[in-house]
Amino acid sequence: MVPVGCCPPRQLLFWGGIKLIKDILEPSIDQESKSFWDGLKNEQLLIQYCDDCQNYIFYPRSICPHCFSEKIRWRNSQGAGKIYSYTVVHQAFGPFKQEVPFVVGIVELDEGVRMMTRIIGKREDIAIDKRVTVVFEKVDDPIVLPYFRLV
Amino acid sequence: MKSERVAAIVGVAESDLGKTPGKNVLQLQAQAAKLALEDAGLTKNEVDALFTAGNWAWAPSLMLAEYLGIQPKYTDSTNIGGSSFEAHVGHAVAGINAGLFEVALITYGSTSRTNPGRSAFPSALTAQYELPYGLPTPVGAYALAAMRHMHQYGTTSEQLAEIAVATRKWATLNEKAYMREPIEIADVLNSRLIAEPLHLLDCCLVTDGGGAVVVVSKRVASRLNKKLIWILGHGESHSHNTIANMPDLTMTSARESGRAAFEMAGITHDEIDIAEIYDSFTITVLLTLEALGFCKPGEGGAFVSGQRTAPGGDFPMNTNGGGLSYCHPGMYGIFLLIEAVRQLRGEGGKRQVENAKLALVHGTGGVLSSTSTVILGRD
Ligand SMILES: [Zn+2]
Repeated sequence: MVPVGCCPPRQLLFWGGIKLIKDILEPSIDQESKSFWDGLKNEQLLIQYCDDCQNYIFYPRSICPHCFSEKIRWRNSQGAGKIYSYTVVHQAFGPFKQEVPFVVGIVELDEGVRMMTRIIGKREDIAIDKRVTVVFEKVDDPIVLPYFRLV
Repeated sequence: MKSERVAAIVGVAESDLGKTPGKNVLQLQAQAAKLALEDAGLTKNEVDALFTAGNWAWAPSLMLAEYLGIQPKYTDSTNIGGSSFEAHVGHAVAGINAGLFEVALITYGSTSRTNPGRSAFPSALTAQYELPYGLPTPVGAYALAAMRHMHQYGTTSEQLAEIAVATRKWATLNEKAYMREPIEIADVLNSRLIAEPLHLLDCCLVTDGGGAVVVVSKRVASRLNKKLIWILGHGESHSHNTIANMPDLTMTSARESGRAAFEMAGITHDEIDIAEIYDSFTITVLLTLEALGFCKPGEGGAFVSGQRTAPGGDFPMNTNGGGLSYCHPGMYGIFLLIEAVRQLRGEGGKRQVENAKLALVHGTGGVLSSTSTVILGRD
């Protein structure tokens, strides 16, 4: 039996013609996100903090999703946290096609926010709840992404 | 049953399914709409509300209505992914209850197998924080949820495979199903990994296909010579858009949409005879069964074990062969409704569940993002 591929059509829609990560990102960076992406180039993981409800916020917004306050400022994250979940990707698309297998995870920072990332480490050592720390990965000039490695 | 009978489904149909080369999404929707209206005994001129969901046009409702020659007085192109059509049913009941219209036509069409389509990359907005990491969407997102569920509760790949195997058994009984060769648990486990822990056979098909559902007021229903399938309860919710923002990777908003639907219908879980549950991936089903309350969080693996959801099992589920084996053109939700109505009318043929009176239909959209639950019952 030859199973039908599960390649989701949205992938093709999304990745048609996209060769580089910067081709995805550069058209998307706007005033709201620029500080975050610029911070990474200086090896800073900037996340937002709400002065009214004292929650950290990720991804960047102009209004607090907890209390609707606009008193939001950037803070430097310590870049430490733990793996909330992860997957080893064996079939990828666009600029990532040749990289498989690679590990994508969701990391929960000690400040309390979660973000998607890549996890760097030996496959057999990677597990949920393991501690990780940020590394600044220049993926293609000038794009730097916050990856996380096992500590 | 406390639910007041406001609206009934009186017509359902599929278009051609599987591979439909040369057909476009409007043709598929027109074909399904015509068959569903014929099934109901209504004409297109009696349609006064039009519902569709898709990303094939700037304003899908406008293009579809013009193509079909329908001028609706109520229109709804709510798109929350695969669960859109269960939401449309809920919205249709609300509109009928408010006296806004009496005959709602809900359609869907997709050529995602023969014409995957390519377009320029759109501005990613909030997706810019996920796209650069290369997670294949949606499968990678569901894999993250499955991995977390396994970690938290000890759920196994074998348990997920039970769902794929049972669903395939139903497909062998449905001549319209795309994949009809029986499979075993080992076949699922030995199929190649797509995104760990999900294998190829944990994933839905990619097919073409369309469908249509006709919802009418009690007044219109009473003059039709049809077995009436009443909409007894409905609920909808969504908890996030991108997967990193899902509050808890093991709990979907089916908890909320399901509770609302059960409360409105005034029935309990034990009374459900058949369940049609969105199966984009095996993990989708397992999480949904838990969130809906058919079992406790963490017990989904045990719940589906021993081929409980297969033909002859005590929890008949996805009786057409599901998105895993029958068809899955991207947004599968309308097909869940079609199958539930057929089962409740006793039109299930070889796969008919004996004496099915109450059905739960549940759609999931996006990356476990949106959920809509509908409870249907016959007289
Ligand atoms: Zn706040």
